[in-house]
Amino acid sequence: MTRVLLDALRKCDPRVQWRNPVLMLVEACALLATVYALWETVTGATPTSGGAALPGSFHWAAAAWMWLTLYTANVAEALAEGRGRAQAAGLRAAQATTTAHRVRRYDPLRDAAAREATIEAVSSAELRPGDVVVIAEGDTVPADGQVVWGIASIDESAVTGESAPVIRESGAKRATVTGGTRVLSDRVVCRVTMPLGDTRVDQMIALAEGARRQKAPNELALFALLASFSLSFVVVALTLNAVASPVAAPVSLPILAALVAALIPSEIAALLSVTGIAGMYRLLRSNVLVTSAKALETAGDITTVLVDKTGTVTWGNRRATRFVPVGETTRHELVRAAVLASIDDPTPEGRSTLALAHTTSLMPDDVAAGAGRAIPFSAHTRLSGIDLPDGTQVRKGAESAVLAWLKRAGDQQPRGVVEQVRARTTVIARAGGTPLVVAAKPAGGRGEVLGVIELKDVVKEGAADRFETLRRLGVRTVMITGDNPLTAAAIAAEAGIDDHLGDASPETKLARIRTEQAAGHFVAMTGDGTNDAPALAQADVGVAMSSATAAARESANIVVLDDDPTKLVEIITIGRRSMATRGALTTFNIANDLVRYFALFPVLFVGTFPGLDALNVLRLSSPASAVLSTLIFSVVVIVALVPLALVGVPYRTPDLGTSLSRNLLYFGVGGLLFPAVCIKLIDLVVSLFPGY
Amino acid sequence: MGDGALAAANVAALAVVLAAAYRPLGDYLAHVFTSARHTRAEKVLYRAVGVDPEGRQPWPAYLRAVLAFSLAGLALLYLLLRTQHLLPGSLGLPALRPDLAFNTAVSFVANTNWQAYSPEQTVGYAVQAAGLAVQSFLSAAVSLAVAAALIRGLAARGASTTGPATTGPATTGTGTIGNFWVDVTRSTLRVLLPASVVVAVVLLAGGVVQNVAGFTDVTTIAGGTQTIPGGPVASQEAIKMLGTNGGGFFNANSAHPFENPTPWTNLFQVFLLLVIPVCLPRTLGTMVGDQRAGRVLLWTMAALFGLVYVSMTVFELAGAGTVPQLAGAALEGKEQRFGIVGSTLFATATSGTTGGAANSMHGSYTALGGMMLLLNMMMGEVAPGGAGSGAYAILVMVVIAVFLAALLLGRAPVYLGKRIGVRELQLVSVFILIMPTLALGGLAVSLGITPVRAQILAGTGNTGAHGLTEVMYAFVSAAVNNGSAFAGLSANTPWLNTTLGILILLGRFLPIAVVLALAGSFARQEPTTTTATTELPVHRPQFVGLLVALVLFVALPMFLPYLMLGPLAEGVGR
Repeated sequence: MTRVLLDALRKCDPRVQWRNPVLMLVEACALLATVYALWETVTGATPTSGGAALPGSFHWAAAAWMWLTLYTANVAEALAEGRGRAQAAGLRAAQATTTAHRVRRYDPLRDAAAREATIEAVSSAELRPGDVVVIAEGDTVPADGQVVWGIASIDESAVTGESAPVIRESGAKRATVTGGTRVLSDRVVCRVTMPLGDTRVDQMIALAEGARRQKAPNELALFALLASFSLSFVVVALTLNAVASPVAAPVSLPILAALVAALIPSEIAALLSVTGIAGMYRLLRSNVLVTSAKALETAGDITTVLVDKTGTVTWGNRRATRFVPVGETTRHELVRAAVLASIDDPTPEGRSTLALAHTTSLMPDDVAAGAGRAIPFSAHTRLSGIDLPDGTQVRKGAESAVLAWLKRAGDQQPRGVVEQVRARTTVIARAGGTPLVVAAKPAGGRGEVLGVIELKDVVKEGAADRFETLRRLGVRTVMITGDNPLTAAAIAAEAGIDDHLGDASPETKLARIRTEQAAGHFVAMTGDGTNDAPALAQADVGVAMSSATAAARESANIVVLDDDPTKLVEIITIGRRSMATRGALTTFNIANDLVRYFALFPVLFVGTFPGLDALNVLRLSSPASAVLSTLIFSVVVIVALVPLALVGVPYRTPDLGTSLSRNLLYFGVGGLLFPAVCIKLIDLVVSLFPGY
Repeated sequence: MGDGALAAANVAALAVVLAAAYRPLGDYLAHVFTSARHTRAEKVLYRAVGVDPEGRQPWPAYLRAVLAFSLAGLALLYLLLRTQHLLPGSLGLPALRPDLAFNTAVSFVANTNWQAYSPEQTVGYAVQAAGLAVQSFLSAAVSLAVAAALIRGLAARGASTTGPATTGPATTGTGTIGNFWVDVTRSTLRVLLPASVVVAVVLLAGGVVQNVAGFTDVTTIAGGTQTIPGGPVASQEAIKMLGTNGGGFFNANSAHPFENPTPWTNLFQVFLLLVIPVCLPRTLGTMVGDQRAGRVLLWTMAALFGLVYVSMTVFELAGAGTVPQLAGAALEGKEQRFGIVGSTLFATATSGTTGGAANSMHGSYTALGGMMLLLNMMMGEVAPGGAGSGAYAILVMVVIAVFLAALLLGRAPVYLGKRIGVRELQLVSVFILIMPTLALGGLAVSLGITPVRAQILAGTGNTGAHGLTEVMYAFVSAAVNNGSAFAGLSANTPWLNTTLGILILLGRFLPIAVVLALAGSFARQEPTTTTATTELPVHRPQFVGLLVALVLFVALPMFLPYLMLGPLAEGVGR
C-alpha cells in the first residue's frame, strides 16, 4: 500500500504526468489556483468572484481539493498497476514447466548417446540454447531443438495438428524437435535451440505495469473525444470573463481553474488505464497472456474464429471406435486379441481400445495388465503387442507393418485375406479414420490376421457447448483441418461448427483469412504449428497455445498458457467487458457533468444576478460551498468508480437493444442521480464551516 | 381557437405536408446524386467550364473544388458589390464599403446571409439578382453536395458493386467520394432551380410582389408621403427559403407584407425552410439501402424541433412583464397576422435550419423564448439543420452516439457497415469544437478589447443582459452560419463586419473540410456485413433518445454559462 501511495506521488511529477494530458490539465489548474491563493495571502486581498465575497480560506481549499483530485486519480492507476504486477510475478513463478534431463559436459565423439555422462534434472525454464538434453519415451520435449543422436517417434499432434506420429532422427532433414511435443518411443539426445518459455511473461509484466502500455484503438478514439470535451471547458474558462465583462464582475482565477478541473473528464482519464490493466489482469487469471492492449480489445470485436480441428474440436490423438473382424474370426476373438495387444500399451490408441472393449461388453475378464511381455511401439517396427507366457504372440499396427511381421514369421497371408483386409482398411481410411490391423500367432501355430480396429478423431465432450456459446456471442466458427472435406464436414456437423475448411494448407488458410477480412470480419485464429505462423500473423487476433512452436508463438498476439483452445470464449468476453466498462464510465461521466453544470454555473454570477439562485436546483448553501462540494465530489467519484473499473461491467449476451436500454438507464440516469445526491450531502457538511 | 389548438393545427398541417414530401423528394435527391446520366444542358456546361464529369475525386480534391468554387464566387460577388454604382439597374445606389462588401459576400457564399445592412436601401436589382440570388442558389448547392459526399462515403461498397462512373456509389478501393462539379451542377439545375420556379409562382399567387418598379412614392391617408420599394421579390423569396439562406429582399425579411403577406404563406415558408433538410434522411436511407437509418435521423430532428417549439411557444404565451400580460402574450415585435404561434413556429424553423429568415423581431421575444432561439443554434443546427448542412451535422453526432452505444455494449462501433475508428472519432471531436470555439472566441476577443467593447456596447439596442444577448446572438449566428439576427445590435461597423465575416468563413469551411475528410475515411472502408445478432441497435427508439441527449450534452457545457449571463440573467436573474 505504501508503494502504491508513493507511486501515485511520483506520477504527479509533470514530467510523468504529461503522458495523460487530461490529468496534466488538472495539475495545471491546481498549480494556478495555488499560486493565486498564495498571492492573495501575501497581498492580503479578500477573495471575491462574480461580484460576491468568498470565505477567506476558499481559494486555498479549492486548490487543495484540486491537488487531491489529481492524487486520487494517480492512486487509482497505481493501485491497478500494483495488482497487475503482483499477478504477473505470481505467474512467472508458477509458469507451467516440465522437467528436462540436461547432460552435463556432453561429448559428441566418445559418448554420443550420453549413456555415461552425468544427467541432471532441471526445469525447462532454465534451459538455454546450446544445452544438450536427453529425451526418453514418454517425456515431453522441453524445448525446441535438434536431434544429435538417435531416432524416435514423436506425437506432434499438439503442435502441428497431425495426428499421426512422426519420426525424428539425427543428421537427417527431419532432425528438428519442437517443445511441447511428446516422445512416444525410443530415446534421443537433442541440442536446445530455443527455450520453451520465452519472454512473453516479462512482456506481460511490462504491459501490466503500464510503463509501455499501448493504447487500444477504441481507447485512442475515446481519448480524442475526451480531449475535445476537455478543450471545450478550457475555451469556456478562457472566454468567460471577457464575455461577462459588460454585465458582471469577473470570476476569480481559482474558480475558473476549479471549473475546468471539475468538469473535464478526469475520472475517465484516470480510470481508462485502470480498465485496461484490469482486463489484462482478468486474462492472466484465466491463464491467457496478451502481448498488447490492442489484441485484448480487438478480441472483443472478433466475428469469425478459425479453429484447428485437432486439439480444439477433437482429441487429436486417435481413439478406437469400432472392431471389424476379418475372415472366419468372430468379433469376440478379435476383441480378445485387441485387448491383449493393448493391455500394456500406454498410448492413446491402446487405452482407447481397452475403453472401447469395455463399452462393447466383450471385455474378456481373464486378461489383466502384466499378462505377458509387453512389446512397446517403436518407430522401427511400427508395431506394438504382447508375448504371452504360452508363446502366443499378438500384434497390432499399421497394415503393412503387420503383414510384414507375419511374412517374416513365415506365415504369409493368402491373397484373399490380404485383399479382404485391404478392403476394410480402405473403407476406414476413406471415412477419415485410421485402421489398425490386429494379428495373432499362437505358439507353434499359424499366425493370421484377425481384424481391424478403426481409430477415429473423436469430438471433445463440451466442445459443442463452447461453439454454441461462441454463436451466442455473435461469433462464427470455421474449422480448419488437413482432412478431406467429407471427414471435415462430418466432424464439423458433429461439433456444431458453422463452417469448415478441409484439405487446408498454409496457403488456403491464409487465403481464407483474407476472404473473411475482406468481408469485414474480424478474424481470430488458433494455431500451433510453424506452418500456421503466416495465418496467425494475418489474423486480427492470433491465438497460440504455450506448447506451440516458437514461430507460431512469435506470430500470435495471445498465448494460452494452459493449452485450452476454447479459452477464446473468455478472451472475447473479457475484451468486450473492457470496452463496455469504458462505455459505462464515459456515459456516467457525461451524465455527471450535467449535474455539475447546474451546481457550478448558476453560482458563478449569483453575486450580480441574485435571481440566478432559482437555477441552483440542488439548493447548495453558498457559491463557495457549491464550487468546493463539486470539487470534493470529483475525488469521491474516482474512489467510487475504482471498483467498477477493476471489476468491469457485466457483459450480457442477450438482445443488444435491451442491453443498451439497461446500460443507458444504469449509467445515464444513475449518472444523474448519484452526483446530485453526493454533491448535496457534501454541501451539507461543507456548509457547517463558517462562511460557506 | 385557442393558442394551443392553433399551434397543434399548424404543426399537424406542417407534419402532413412534410411527410407527404419525405419519400418522393428524398428519393429524388438520391436519384440526382447517383444517376449516371447527364442532361444535355449539363454536358454543355461541363464542356464549357472544362470539367470531366466522369472523374471521381478523393476527398482532398473534392475539398479543393469546394474551396475554389466558393472563393471564385466570393471574389465575384465582392466585385459586384464594390462596383454597384457602375452597374445598370442599381437604382442609383452607391458601392458598398469594403468591410460591408466583404461581410455580405462572405455571408451569401457561406449560405449564412447575415445582412449587416438594410437591403432596400443598400443594394439594387443588379446586385440582388446577379449577385445575391445567384449565391443563394450556389451556396445551398454546395451544402447539398457536401452532404451527398458524406452519404456517398457511408454508402461506398466494394469495387464489384460499382455503379455508374461518377456519381454511383464510391469505390472503397480508391476512397473517392464523387465529383463536386457534378454534384453542385445537379443540385442547382435539377433541384433548386426548378423547385424555385414552382415556389415563386405559388408565392406570387399568395400575394408576394414581383416587379422592377423601383421606388413608388405614395401619399398616405394622413397626407404624408411614403416611399415604397418594389422589386423582383417572389423569385428571390423562393430560394431564400428553399435553400435555407434567409437573405431577405427587405430589411424586415419575412415580416414584410411584400415577402410574406398571409398566415398561409407564412406556413408555406416554414414548410419551404424545412422540406429539404427533413427529406435528406430519406436520401441517406435510400443511398445506403437502409431506411431505418434515415428514420432515426428524422425522429431525432423532430424531437429536437418539438422540444424547442413547445418551450419557446410556452415562454412567449406566458409572457413575463407588464406589457405582455396586458396584451395577453408577448406580442411586441410580432406580426399581428401571424400571432404568437405562427411567429414561434417560423422562429423555431429559422433557428433550427441555417435559414436566417425571420418573420418577427427575435430581440423582442421574452428572455427565455429568445434563449430557445439561441439554444437551437447552439445545438449546431441539427433540428433539422440547413439544406445539406443539417444532414452532415447530425451525422457527425450519430458517429459519436454510435461509438458510445457500441462501447456500452462492448461491441465494435460500426455504423451502416462502416467501422468508426480512431481517425473518424478524431475528426468528429474536432468538428464539435469548431462552432463553439469560433463563437466564444470571437465574442471574447471583441468584448475583451476595451475600445471595441465600448463601440459594440454603444451600438446595442439595450443595456445589461439583454444587450449582451444581442451581441452573443450575432456571434453564434455567424459561427453556425445561421444568419438570423436578434436585432438591436448595430452590426454594420468595420469591426463587426470583419470579425463576423471571418467567423462565417471559418464556420462554413472548417466543418466542411472535416466532413469531407470523414467522408473520405468512410469511403476507403470496405463495409462489414452484419447479422441480426451482431448488429448494433442504432435504429431503435433508445438510440434516438441517446442521440437527442448527446446533442444537448455537447451543446450545453460550453454555452450554459453564457446563457446564464444573457437570457437567464434577464429572465430569472433579477
